Amino acid sequence: MPNPMARKTLGRINRTYWKHEGLGRATVTVAGLFLSVLTLLMAGFLAVKGLSTFLVDHRSPLEFLFSTKWSPDADTPAFGALIFIVGSILLSTLALLISTPFSLSTAVFVSEISPDLGRNILQPAIEIFVGIPSVVYGWIGLSVLVPFLRKSFGGLGFSLLAGSLVLALMIFPTIASLSADAFRALPADFREASYALGATRWQTIRKVLLPAAMPGILTGVVLGLARAFGEALAVQMVIGNMIRIPGKLTDATVNLTSIITMDMGNTAMGTPWNDVLWTMALLLLLISFLFIVLARMTGRKRRAVR
Amino acid sequence: MFARKNLALAGTLLLAAALLLAGCTPAPSATSASVSGTLLVVGSSALQPLAQKASELFAVANPDATVTVQGGGSGTGLTQVASGTCDIGDSDVFAAEKLDAATAATLVDHKVCVVGFAAVVSPDVTVTSLTQQQLIDIFTGKTTNWKDVGGADEKIVLINRPASSGTRAAFKKYALNGAEEATGVALTEDSSGTVRSTVAGTPGSISYLAFSYLDSSIKALSFDGVAPTAANVAAGTYGIWSYEHMYTKGEATGVAAAFIVYMTGDAFKASISSLGYIPISDMAVSR
Repeated sequence: MPNPMARKTLGRINRTYWKHEGLGRATVTVAGLFLSVLTLLMAGFLAVKGLSTFLVDHRSPLEFLFSTKWSPDADTPAFGALIFIVGSILLSTLALLISTPFSLSTAVFVSEISPDLGRNILQPAIEIFVGIPSVVYGWIGLSVLVPFLRKSFGGLGFSLLAGSLVLALMIFPTIASLSADAFRALPADFREASYALGATRWQTIRKVLLPAAMPGILTGVVLGLARAFGEALAVQMVIGNMIRIPGKLTDATVNLTSIITMDMGNTAMGTPWNDVLWTMALLLLLISFLFIVLARMTGRKRRAVR
Repeated sequence: MFARKNLALAGTLLLAAALLLAGCTPAPSATSASVSGTLLVVGSSALQPLAQKASELFAVANPDATVTVQGGGSGTGLTQVASGTCDIGDSDVFAAEKLDAATAATLVDHKVCVVGFAAVVSPDVTVTSLTQQQLIDIFTGKTTNWKDVGGADEKIVLINRPASSGTRAAFKKYALNGAEEATGVALTEDSSGTVRSTVAGTPGSISYLAFSYLDSSIKALSFDGVAPTAANVAAGTYGIWSYEHMYTKGEATGVAAAFIVYMTGDAFKASISSLGYIPISDMAVSR
């Protein structure tokens, strides 16, 4: 193609293509690939470090999962993580039990009872909750909640209850906003048909809308649970970090994220003590994978319902 | 036209590469003999305020040198200096206590100052002095009420640092004579700052802090009748103290050497004292 005119035209087309299509495509592709690779690398790194407890230090996975004996600095160290695992499970479950009724009620209120008030006041309030850094939650918990619990219920104030309450507040926006979305996404036909049959608003909400929105609500609950499991700072500030399984709500306890943040900087890389912290991190990653799979499965059910 | 397309593509890739590299630490460059260049100091949060202060004053005297001080803990400092990620690793404990013997042998210890530790109690506790045996009984869970050690009838609340903490290691070694603390009865606080505020706010509580963290919100106890003061540590009458270490991989050179010389020099002694640490040269005893 020796024609100079044709070359010039082709050049312009190429430049235009680059400007309108190629540039954006290249940026998005590079960024997308980069993030995917980064995620895989992180998971891989965590797996390698986490498994070295079993493969390099030859500790037994059964000891890690089911032993309550944690004495990493003893002459014959023991690395049983059961206390931390139980602490994490108790804290997140309690937080969920406290938070879900409030979150669900808020969701019903903003989507069904008073959408105007919901949109103008409650929705922004929920968004503010999301934006508050976790250290602020922890600090308020430490300076307000802990002394209050100490005066009201005795004990030290640092407790399972304090941790669950702080966590409940932190996961409230996740569950509330996802549940509200689930209600809003329901077709108007559902409400109209229910009213046409003579149902009251409460009956409509309870018998028609709630079951129909359930998959979306469950997704919110699972994501809230995942956040509760992974939260470190705020919880660590109020649970007291006492290494034992709590006997009652006002007992201090400890969880996986707390022991990781407390010990990671002070243990040297490659020592069994440090490795076992990585194993706990790997366990947290696996649990959050599990929750994400669960959330996706409930989300799929929602599409099937419609 | 292709050149331009490639240029833009190269730009995008370069950006990605830059993002990738931004997370990595620059390689140490403190090899020249003159005092210019960069120095990365990582480790012990107990030593961090002092190292920070030293880096500021050092920068005034050596405008061509950049000293960056980071916390992260003694374990992090020792690991990173051993792997060459940083130039100086700060530690509260001897390297051999954290690292395996072969790795520890590659590091050179520079003792930069001494730090004293005191048992501290909440302001409502009337006890002012404890013997070593009384402290051991309290921290092993044998004594659980203040009335057994001369105080009011009040439950003792134990507040510990994490097992990996350098402060806890020093306190266990020198105050408790290595006695194994009771497990499952003590609250654990992540940092000296939170220990101080928790002790101040929890009636009947006892914990331990470095001298640099003592203030009027808590009460520091005498140990075997000797008050926790810098003078008593220097004279050798108050026994709960340990060295703060700066480790280098092999002998210190360049900026690292100059920085360590500065930290242990006479010009910096006043800063060491005013921040609550004790200069090595003041010590009448050694370990």
